[in-house]
Amino acid sequence: MAIDLTVNGTPQRVEADPDTPLLYVLRDDLGLNGAKFGCGLGQCGACTVMVDGRAVLSCVTPVLLMQGRAVTTVEGLGTAEAPGPMQRAFIEEQAAQCGYCIPGMMMRAQALLQERPDADDAAIRRALEFNLCRCGTHMRILRAIRRAADTMRHAETAAPNGRAG
Amino acid sequence: MGRRKTRRNSIGRGLIGGAAVILALGAGAVAWAWESAIPPQPRPAAESFPAELVAEGARLAAVGNCIACHTVPGGRSFAGGLALPTPFGTIHSTNITPDEDTGIGRWSEAAFTRAMRRGVDRDGRHLYPAFPYDHYTRVSDADNRALYAYLMTRTPVRAEAPANHLPFPLNIRMAVAGWKLLYFREGAFTPDPAKPEVWNRGAYLAEGLGHCGACHSPRNALGAVDKDRAWAGGEAEGWTAYPIDQDSPAPVPWTADSLTFYLRHGWHPAHGVSRGPMAEVTGNLVGLPDADVAAIGAYVADRMGPPSAERLRRGEDLRALVSRRTADAGAPPGAGPTAADSQARPPAADSGRTGGDERGEAIYRTACATCHESGRPLPFGGLPFALSTAVNAANPQNIVNVTLFGLPPGDGTVSAVMPAFGGALTDADMVALLRYLRGRFSDQPPWDGLERLVADTRSGAHHVAVRPADGIERAPQNVGAAD
Ligand code: FES
Ligand code: FES
Repeated sequence: MAIDLTVNGTPQRVEADPDTPLLYVLRDDLGLNGAKFGCGLGQCGACTVMVDGRAVLSCVTPVLLMQGRAVTTVEGLGTAEAPGPMQRAFIEEQAAQCGYCIPGMMMRAQALLQERPDADDAAIRRALEFNLCRCGTHMRILRAIRRAADTMRHAETAAPNGRAG
Repeated sequence: MGRRKTRRNSIGRGLIGGAAVILALGAGAVAWAWESAIPPQPRPAAESFPAELVAEGARLAAVGNCIACHTVPGGRSFAGGLALPTPFGTIHSTNITPDEDTGIGRWSEAAFTRAMRRGVDRDGRHLYPAFPYDHYTRVSDADNRALYAYLMTRTPVRAEAPANHLPFPLNIRMAVAGWKLLYFREGAFTPDPAKPEVWNRGAYLAEGLGHCGACHSPRNALGAVDKDRAWAGGEAEGWTAYPIDQDSPAPVPWTADSLTFYLRHGWHPAHGVSRGPMAEVTGNLVGLPDADVAAIGAYVADRMGPPSAERLRRGEDLRALVSRRTADAGAPPGAGPTAADSQARPPAADSGRTGGDERGEAIYRTACATCHESGRPLPFGGLPFALSTAVNAANPQNIVNVTLFGLPPGDGTVSAVMPAFGGALTDADMVALLRYLRGRFSDQPPWDGLERLVADTRSGAHHVAVRPADGIERAPQNVGAAD
């Protein structure tokens, strides 16, 4: 079936079986490899993206549900040349070890901070609870998110590249 | 993000009642309601309590689930301060650590027992019935002594509970006396000599400290448990507390054994995983001896009564159907939904009923069936919905909550988990899915008002306390973790 959705601000039409996970569509059809396949069971958060501003596990989200929806992946938060505030914060804090969990972490954090720019530490920890990091770089991830929150609160461009997911 | 806030909505209704009655009864009631202060005493030394007594108190406190209300999650255990929003204002739980100035450090055992038995604090002030003394009144003196020993040996925490925000006249403690006059009957538990000992033990625990009825009973307009309909189902923190009497909506009727297993482990293969406030209850029971859990199971099963032959047969059929499917699910994959799941298995064949909702069916098949028909055993696999009490209950609130918010993982432990689908499903998709689940997996009439319920639950207009599946954050094994 044909599904029309917006990905990182660009309208896309994809041909896929309705039960195809959004993760496969992003990676295989649209060439966006930011979201990762961790468990495929909705249990690790590596595949987290934003849909209409909310964090969603793309491995358990059938593309059937994406008709007319706006998806943001980590590629939508900025580019290598011009990283967005969340990406910059992760770079500055050197939060990635192997990096596998990081796109999911960033997207979960982005969704939280877009909804609650003033999220405190407890709220950040609670939101990130679902996302696993096998390398154990949690403390740096938390620092990066706090830094991103700070930047986003003080910068005019709170939304990534002017797009609000 | 309201998962740490709680709501004991219906309890607060009692306050209005108390106020109304006190105004009506006037000065005579004031005289009747007078309770004297019990003099403060120096805090007894922790060493003065025998270790066995303290250990017994710990088990009893777990049955009473004291920590759930008297701890702000992530804060110091038993230090109180948890906000309990009610329709009339916010009440804060009190500090029950032995701090001498802000806790119960200067309370004598007599003062503690009076609070449990009659809902009066050491100063003689009536306590709001959010503290379930209408149940705790049944606790024996011996058990109150053990509870006192346990609490007096906790680490004292200096913590003043924030002021309650209640409008006049609800902020007058005397008003509570009127409520008591109407609805509160003081009295320790009296065993029924005609019943076996295990039944009496179960009754004592469930009706007293366990205070099952506080959530599982309807409350009247004045917030008091409707005694004639005790255990006929109620509400707690945004969740439906199912009827646990003869009207239990469980598709497979409960038995003493299945209840015991569920209370012991927090899940049961034919009933699913405990969640919401019930997760705290089962999480807390971890430290209770098997015999006590079995006694509660036996008593609750007896209260539910024997199921009708028809219910029994239906339950058998469902269990057979589900175990057949589970066996089938291990067969080589056929044409069926796949998720990005290396362990995905095809769903079992349709029962033929679709609930008349094609969109709902498509969502179920693509988003839900991969786990809920995977054959992966509980508690880590999804419960087949034919067994789901949530889908068969009169009120759809719990299935709405779980679908939107999922079951968050337990903290630092292996636990059941379900991803939240609130971000993926629009309100319209939620409604379509719920209609389908109800149509296909229950023989009950369709639910009304789903649109409103879904929208209000998502927005927080209907507040839901979301907890890990095993509720350990406030359970004993985690007690003191933040200290
Ligand atoms: S890959 Fe989606 S949650 Fe693990
Ligand atoms: S950085 Fe390796 S999994 Fe998180």
